[in-house]
Amino acid sequence: MIAPNYRRILLLLLCGLFLPMAARAAGLAAKASFKGTNEIVLSLANPADAKVLGDPAHYRVSEEQNPDISLPVAQALVSADRSTVTLSFKEPLNTRLTHLVTLNQGATKKGQAPETFRVSKSYLGYLLSILVSALLINNFVFTKYLGLCVFFGTSKRKDTAKGMGITFTIVMVVSAIMSWFFYQYILKPYQLGFLQVVIFIGLVSLTVQAVDTVLRKVNPTLFKAFGVYLVLVIANCVIIAVPLMLADNEYNFLESLMLALGAGGGFLLALYLMSSARERMDLANIPPTFKGVPIAFIVAGQFALAFLGFSGLKLF
Amino acid sequence: MATDKTSLQLVTNGILNENPIFRLVLSMCPAVGISTTVMNGFMLGVAVLFVQVFSSCTISLFKNVIHPRIRIPTYTLTIATWVTVIDMVLAAYMPVAYAKMGIFIKLIVAFAIITMRLEMFACKESVTASFWDGVGMGLGFMFGMMSLGLVRELLGQGTILGHDVLGFKPLLFFVLPFAGFFCVGLMMAFFNYIELAYRRAKRA
Repeated sequence: MIAPNYRRILLLLLCGLFLPMAARAAGLAAKASFKGTNEIVLSLANPADAKVLGDPAHYRVSEEQNPDISLPVAQALVSADRSTVTLSFKEPLNTRLTHLVTLNQGATKKGQAPETFRVSKSYLGYLLSILVSALLINNFVFTKYLGLCVFFGTSKRKDTAKGMGITFTIVMVVSAIMSWFFYQYILKPYQLGFLQVVIFIGLVSLTVQAVDTVLRKVNPTLFKAFGVYLVLVIANCVIIAVPLMLADNEYNFLESLMLALGAGGGFLLALYLMSSARERMDLANIPPTFKGVPIAFIVAGQFALAFLGFSGLKLF
Repeated sequence: MATDKTSLQLVTNGILNENPIFRLVLSMCPAVGISTTVMNGFMLGVAVLFVQVFSSCTISLFKNVIHPRIRIPTYTLTIATWVTVIDMVLAAYMPVAYAKMGIFIKLIVAFAIITMRLEMFACKESVTASFWDGVGMGLGFMFGMMSLGLVRELLGQGTILGHDVLGFKPLLFFVLPFAGFFCVGLMMAFFNYIELAYRRAKRA
């Protein structure tokens, strides 16, 4: 009885998430989107005068937060069927922010109001890109070289790797959320930025202690399986790197959550891959000087090389 | 319990027998991440030496008033305090080197080697012994970082400390970030090889 209800609620929630996107698309006569870092593409509903469209002077582009600062348009290219215009800029735009494009046709046609387009990236896509970036493109283990002590220590067997990865992800998410609240509502308003390291590491130890106590009481079986990894979590640089990064980048709550999830998931992925390779290596005939840790480093280097292939990957 | 080792033995122990990077395989993140030049290794080595020595002394000084059940959080907070100190000092006096180091200075707080030395040594020993142990571990870390940096800088760019030595660039591969993994692995294998050869020679 409960399960279908849950599914319906979930479906409704999902529809609710996509609703704003549909509304925005329907409300505008023309669409505008970013192309690369220094181009904006306008697609018009009804073809207009090519002479007007092709003149950069008719456009006024600014960021939504700073409408007074006009960004100079270097070139305006009109497509052959006059339905799309590509605006190029000399300097790269901050595509994370919403931009306003105003097309002023008043110079040639009297009485026509200037048209304004809003250019923004889909927020869901942006959140997803943070997640995928932390997971694959900037994987914390293979491309940022963090959390290596625990990585080499617990990647000998698949079971250990899974346990460590899952425990780590949970602690990571909880401590990142707490760090975000502390940073936004205590450290920033009172200008205590220099206490970042002390506060964040304190929160991490607190989370670890809390998860330890709660798990011990609520689910002793789970505690037996994962309890041993909890202490190791503190010695993992990723756990302190993520709060520092979200403070540096001024991420909002959802973005911080995505970064934490991506970091935890990426660590789990790296551990699982490595443990699979190391289980095979136990059977292989390795020269005695390379046995154990040295060969693990070489294999990790090969994984890092493979993960280099993800760089430059752009989803949204 | 007091250690019967002299201060010299404590220092050499950290550099050779229990070298943090090549023997204990702890604090690997900077060893892979920023060991591209000798100078980087030296700078981070100095920071770690500072934090290790001062944390060891602090914990050793207060070892009798720290309750055993809250010792780990106490260690972490002590280290975090000293890391904040060195972080602010470097940011103020050496902004260029600090910018190169990036997030790694702040990450010293999570380096396993420091917590481990506090747990294994400083919480049981006298202040003087802890001081020398801290010096040994810090120097050992610095030695590891600098030797890695030397190999990577020499093979990758053909320079030492920025001075052109070889006149050409033998293997660009070693400057690339991921080569840190290969470099650490190969150097560990090299040390293992020396040890094996030494033992074989001793037996023969």
